[in-house]
Amino acid sequence: MKLVIPSIHYLAILPVLIFFGASLVLVLASALARGKVPLWVATSTIVTAGAASIVVNVVQWRCVARAGASTTIAHAIVLDDFSVVASGVIALSVIMTALVAHDWAVRERVSGVEFHILALASSAGALLMTQANDLIVIFLGLEILSIGLYVLVAFDRRRATSSEAALKYFLLGGFASAIFIYGAALLYGASGSTNLTSISYFLGSNVVLHPGLLYAGGALLLVGFAFKVAAVPFHLWSPDVYEGAPTPVTGLMASIVKIGAFAALLRVIISALGTQLDTWRPILFVLIVLTTVVGASLALVQRNVKRMLAYSSINHAGFILLGVWAGTVRGSSATLFYVITYAPIVVATFAIVTLIGGVGDEHHSVEHYQGLARRQPWLGGALAILLLSQLGAPLTTGFYAKYTVLASVVDGGGGALALIALVSAAIAAFFYLRWTLALYSDDRLDGARVVVPKWTGAVIAFGVALTVVFGIWPGPVATLAQHATFLFTP
Amino acid sequence: MNVPAAWYLVLAAVLFGIGAFGFLTRRSALIMFMCIELMLNAVNLTFVTFSRTLSDISGQAIVFFVMVVAAAEVTVGLGIVVAVFRRRSSTSVDELSELKG
Repeated sequence: MKLVIPSIHYLAILPVLIFFGASLVLVLASALARGKVPLWVATSTIVTAGAASIVVNVVQWRCVARAGASTTIAHAIVLDDFSVVASGVIALSVIMTALVAHDWAVRERVSGVEFHILALASSAGALLMTQANDLIVIFLGLEILSIGLYVLVAFDRRRATSSEAALKYFLLGGFASAIFIYGAALLYGASGSTNLTSISYFLGSNVVLHPGLLYAGGALLLVGFAFKVAAVPFHLWSPDVYEGAPTPVTGLMASIVKIGAFAALLRVIISALGTQLDTWRPILFVLIVLTTVVGASLALVQRNVKRMLAYSSINHAGFILLGVWAGTVRGSSATLFYVITYAPIVVATFAIVTLIGGVGDEHHSVEHYQGLARRQPWLGGALAILLLSQLGAPLTTGFYAKYTVLASVVDGGGGALALIALVSAAIAAFFYLRWTLALYSDDRLDGARVVVPKWTGAVIAFGVALTVVFGIWPGPVATLAQHATFLFTP
Repeated sequence: MNVPAAWYLVLAAVLFGIGAFGFLTRRSALIMFMCIELMLNAVNLTFVTFSRTLSDISGQAIVFFVMVVAAAEVTVGLGIVVAVFRRRSSTSVDELSELKG
């Protein structure tokens, strides 16, 4: 028997290698260094790795433009514009998080590079998910992403809530992964392969006589994904974990998990099960209705801003699912646009929450935001813009993102669904506006100013600039998203 | 004796069901964790059975990936359970009630 080693196109997996390599470099450095590795070394390693990964993404983009999309390592990894755009935004979110975490670590006197090692490793998992063309590679990416995050959530050892959140996240995450991989096993049995392209080819060229396995497998995969993106009714872990995790970690989770999971979900639903879309639509329909409405309604009754943002991100997950429901080129590009504009905004929002949280990461009630914009007009104004962007106000990226997903759904004949989502956006507007009004209300904590460290300040300014510039002028990002989804949709 | 493949699949489904049921009903973090492991092993059995019926080796190769992932989860998971246990001397998830709302 002859063993065939698959050929490897190194350019395709270079971003993953960079992130994983940087993580190993830090492990080695901390093992070999006398004394502790300084914090700035760890931070600049992440920033360098992220920047290098973005440069590689540019090279990949030109490679795809020249030679077209390609697969490598026995068709398990795909290099196309979609993966390039998604990984670029993941790298950007990781850089932003690293800068915020730097100032956070200085404030909380966290020393050691474990935080950075784990952040790099889990980002490598997210990058892998954007490129996966095989259910098993998606599973591996998901696990690399999650296992690092379980530890990061437990990172704050002074607060009991941190390890409590980690245990909840770990148990439910493990449960979701088991469901996901069982779905993959059933789909393997039904179609004879775990490769997304082969599954799609099999379903396109055969009539499945006993579709039970196929339906069960697809449904279990959907449940696994729904857990990861925190869609209702599989969202219960999310508010607890968002609240308990150290705030920079929450920002990281909210951005890279969403990008990775939605990238993989789009590939599974559109490129592997695309021919069966009508079967999945009712399930997605129920998920979307519950996710948007419940997410928005429960956000209203929260007093803790991290929980509020958790429910808000559940509501956003519902909106992002809308594009998946549409299942068209337009829907996919709307999904991609939504995810890549949401990620930097949410990291910047959590950067401000980190600052207001203060030493010990405890001040997260809405009262702590009373009059913030009067004391510190710049910081308060930035938070107001970020919140309005999440609300979907015109002249921010949030508006165009919501508009495109809704337009794609109406195009696909889902007028009722679009209406329900719009109503949920109106409900969500209440709590975004309540929070924004609190910023401009009377100052309760006279003169207690929050110090804005320079890196965190830069991240916030960058997030605000992105949402305003591309809100007024969404053309380039929209073209990017359209271009990126053009190739892989049938 | 030749056991039909369907029996293995049914056995795996039953094991998976027991695992899922146990996860949802038991309150000790360690037992919930064991239930996840049981579910993963049911998945392995499914993969091997399909690999056999489809005469395709990749199903058996996947089992190794699942095992490695399960092992990695054990290391991290037990670490978290120990961290929680040190704080409260209990692994029951009902007592984890500081986060609510």
